[in-house]
Amino acid sequence: MIAQILVSLAGLLAIIWIVWYFWIYEKKGVMAAEAGGAQEIRIRVKGGYDPDVIVVKAGKPVKLHFTREEEVSCSETVVFPAFEKSTKLPPFETVTVELLPEKPGEYDFHCSMNMLRGKLVVTE
Amino acid sequence: MIKDPICGMEIERDRAVSSHVYQGQEYYFCSEACARQFTEKPEFYVKKAESARSATTGVDLERSDPVQAELPLSGLECTSCVVTLERTLREVPGVQKAHINFALGKAHITYDPKEESLQAAVQAIKQVGYNVGAAEMRVRIADLHCASCVGFIEEALHKVSGVLKATVSPATETALIRYLPGMVRFEEVKQAIESTGYKTIHRLEEEEPPDQESAAREREYRLLLSRFLFAAIISVPVLITSYPQFFPFLKDLSQGTLRLIWAFDALLTLPVLAWSGQRFFTGAWAAFRHHSADMNTLVALGTGAAWLYSVVAIIAPQIFPKGTAAEPFFDVAAVVIALVVLGQALEVRAKGRTSAAIKKLLDLQAKTARVVRDGQEIDIPVEEVLVGDIVVVRPGEKVPADGTIVEGHSSLDESMITGEPIPVEKNPQDEVIGGTINKTGAFKFATTKVGKETALAQIVQLVQQAQSTKPPIARLADVVSSYFVPVVMIIAVGAFVIWFDFGPQPSLAFALVAAVTTLVIACPCALGLATPMSIMVGVGKAAEHGILIRNGEALQKASKLDTVVLDKTGTVTKGKPELTEVIAAERFSENEVLRLAASAEHGSEHPLAEAIVAGAKAKELELAEPTDFNAIPGHGIEAVIEGKKMLLGNLKLMEQAAVELGTLSERATHLSDEGKTPMYVAIDGKAAGLIAVADTIKEDSIAAIRTLKELGLEVVMLTGDNRRTAEAIARQVGLQRVLAEVPPEQKAAEVKKLQLEGHQVGMVGDGLNDAPALAQAEVGFAIGTGTDVAIEAADITLVGGSLRGVVIAIEASKATMRNIKQNLVGAFIYNTLGLPVAAGVFYPLFGLLLSPLLAGAAMAFSSVTVVTNANRLRRFRPRLTTTERGAK
Repeated sequence: MIAQILVSLAGLLAIIWIVWYFWIYEKKGVMAAEAGGAQEIRIRVKGGYDPDVIVVKAGKPVKLHFTREEEVSCSETVVFPAFEKSTKLPPFETVTVELLPEKPGEYDFHCSMNMLRGKLVVTE
Repeated sequence: MIKDPICGMEIERDRAVSSHVYQGQEYYFCSEACARQFTEKPEFYVKKAESARSATTGVDLERSDPVQAELPLSGLECTSCVVTLERTLREVPGVQKAHINFALGKAHITYDPKEESLQAAVQAIKQVGYNVGAAEMRVRIADLHCASCVGFIEEALHKVSGVLKATVSPATETALIRYLPGMVRFEEVKQAIESTGYKTIHRLEEEEPPDQESAAREREYRLLLSRFLFAAIISVPVLITSYPQFFPFLKDLSQGTLRLIWAFDALLTLPVLAWSGQRFFTGAWAAFRHHSADMNTLVALGTGAAWLYSVVAIIAPQIFPKGTAAEPFFDVAAVVIALVVLGQALEVRAKGRTSAAIKKLLDLQAKTARVVRDGQEIDIPVEEVLVGDIVVVRPGEKVPADGTIVEGHSSLDESMITGEPIPVEKNPQDEVIGGTINKTGAFKFATTKVGKETALAQIVQLVQQAQSTKPPIARLADVVSSYFVPVVMIIAVGAFVIWFDFGPQPSLAFALVAAVTTLVIACPCALGLATPMSIMVGVGKAAEHGILIRNGEALQKASKLDTVVLDKTGTVTKGKPELTEVIAAERFSENEVLRLAASAEHGSEHPLAEAIVAGAKAKELELAEPTDFNAIPGHGIEAVIEGKKMLLGNLKLMEQAAVELGTLSERATHLSDEGKTPMYVAIDGKAAGLIAVADTIKEDSIAAIRTLKELGLEVVMLTGDNRRTAEAIARQVGLQRVLAEVPPEQKAAEVKKLQLEGHQVGMVGDGLNDAPALAQAEVGFAIGTGTDVAIEAADITLVGGSLRGVVIAIEASKATMRNIKQNLVGAFIYNTLGLPVAAGVFYPLFGLLLSPLLAGAAMAFSSVTVVTNANRLRRFRPRLTTTERGAK
């Protein structure tokens, strides 16, 4: 009986933790560095985008330098639906995606299957 | 600091390994090897060091004339940035003039070749936030051994004017050179490299370029396959020993011996997890760090939990509550990993096929072009062809860029671009499209678009762009897939708890099986793959027929259209008047009437006149020069030809000249009723005949409109022309609903009216005059004009310009949407049925509990099914229009 209660409690805690860890937790963004007129940041692609939340300012060109460090085909394309832009990322090469976010807001980017996800947070 | 004459390395004098005096001068070396090399052949190296300065570059350093360069810019989006950029460029040392052409996106700079201004200018442009478009070439360098020579060669290359960046890699023995297109020739690069004492072999581009993407896929496939084989082989003994009760020789073994065998299984399955299943664990960890979870998380959790439980069950079963644990199941870990990896391998294979259309398009690009330069025909790589070059194309060759024929004529197979199956005759002034194949004659053409500007490059770009968009229908799947994996984990935890608390004994074993099965059966991949795979194939397939679909939304809307509005001029008709009838009065011959009329109009630029002249030329009539010519606005013309006084024009002209028309006026009314424009011809004051000119319908318009109707669409024609002409055309093509006399600015309003009637309207027109109407419609189809394929206002561009494209576009959209729906519905049903079965909801009713092995197989199979179903779209064939059906 005690085992049952313990297991039930552990299960409940696990569920609460899953909800918190995957849905509620707020990820901290990384600011893109400004160089010249553009805001630039390097993003490592390996089972995810690193960093995956990127904070930029509106109205300035943004350059995202993606380096895909794996051959797993999941991450071969990165898509920016709001900008109608997508780019192939050949393995072990750096590919630069240039965007010009006009309006503040949050813009998702993801792989073609929407499994790996990242966010471009555009501030004033 | 001094320089080692062999490798060019800068060394401190007192740190030099050795020195050598030659011709009164002392030389220092970084290593014994360099010194030895020098003593063997000093004259060679000394000479080289002296001559290096002048021979290194294509530019003569004595020359002080300023050099001009054109830098293609990218990312230039605002006109106000132009001023900043020009100022920045002028500040670069050595730059004398800088001017930016915003429309062309190019910077023109004039600079002093002595200063390394070009690299500095490029740097300056980058600092302001833009990029310089450049061409790349790779050059193979022979026997490049010493790493310190790299700097020497790079330096020499940087001095070649037009070279932006040169990187020499001793590992691959190549130099990668980024340069301004058109400014650098291979000979100059060769000269620069050879001035440093090395031999260049050739441009790497001349070696057969391996298809990187498919090579990567092939590697991935092989790796996955070997991982599968390894897991599969290990699975066999593990599987057998996991069920000793079914095998006579294992059945009688004691519990102790079995535990030993199982311990051996634990060790056997470990490399399966670590190598075959490596990706699941590394992927799960990477996702976990990002606070997300994916398919890897599920497989890693499922197989990891099964393995850990099994290990504890054989080592320390006493830590489990009494009676809850059962025998270990290492088989789950091994078999599930084998199956899922096999699924992934098959998926990679099938995915490769979905991008076949793009590959086909890329293969159309010619590699070299035969260009006339300085009066000589030379073969150059296609990247170096400039706008305005004269290119020679022989029979059987590919057209390397877009342009206009200047000499010769031929017939070209344009089917790969426009989808039109019949070769097109081309003469001087006609446009040719890069990537098409020259069939019969040789010709020369002047290029108008090269590189990324060509129709082919834009088509590839548009298609790739569209392939990664999704139709609105996929949004639900995206939302579901972003919550999916954590939900599955919650269900698994819930199933575990319920089985443990309420399930039969051994409850822990049952609970674990239920949880693992739930984790393993869930297939987020099927959901995630459903749409992109079908879009890839569908959009690519449409492009093969000359139809460019802008995005997934256009595709979805096109599949739902019920009404198609056709602009008349240029869409249903050719948009250019043609001679249709010549009627001669008594005592005159048709040819004579036409010949004299055409002679009179010869040299006039009026479209009606051009149509008459073209009609006469088609009949190979010899035209005469008019001796006297006078245009009477609003009436027609008068001219004197071969001493005869000609009048050519409308009824008013004839009435003014008091020409007796007789039965001709009746025939003229009849022609007007048919939507044609009749003109009277009078010779020496007597009515000689009638010439009718009309904008004729395109050959395939009738068949295309009939097919559109067969598809259940209402077809409406829209035109600014008068009702009589419009109705005449409508009768010929079999249309009932005609909106005539609509001024251009009202076209969008007419489309809106139809939408208010509740119709889903597709509008077909040209991309310029009809742009507002195209934008108003649910789907705007722009009729392509030659090489202009990126039509802004259009959702769908019909490169071939035929109405048949509308039919194919709608059919392809319908087929693709149907495929997406099948995939999505399949994936949803699979997951919503699979999850509860796996969690064991049917156990209390039917005593049914799914094996994790079956779950693994189902999961692997489901994602392969989605990709395979998408590949079925590759067999899409547009419905044949009625005329083609007749012809076959």
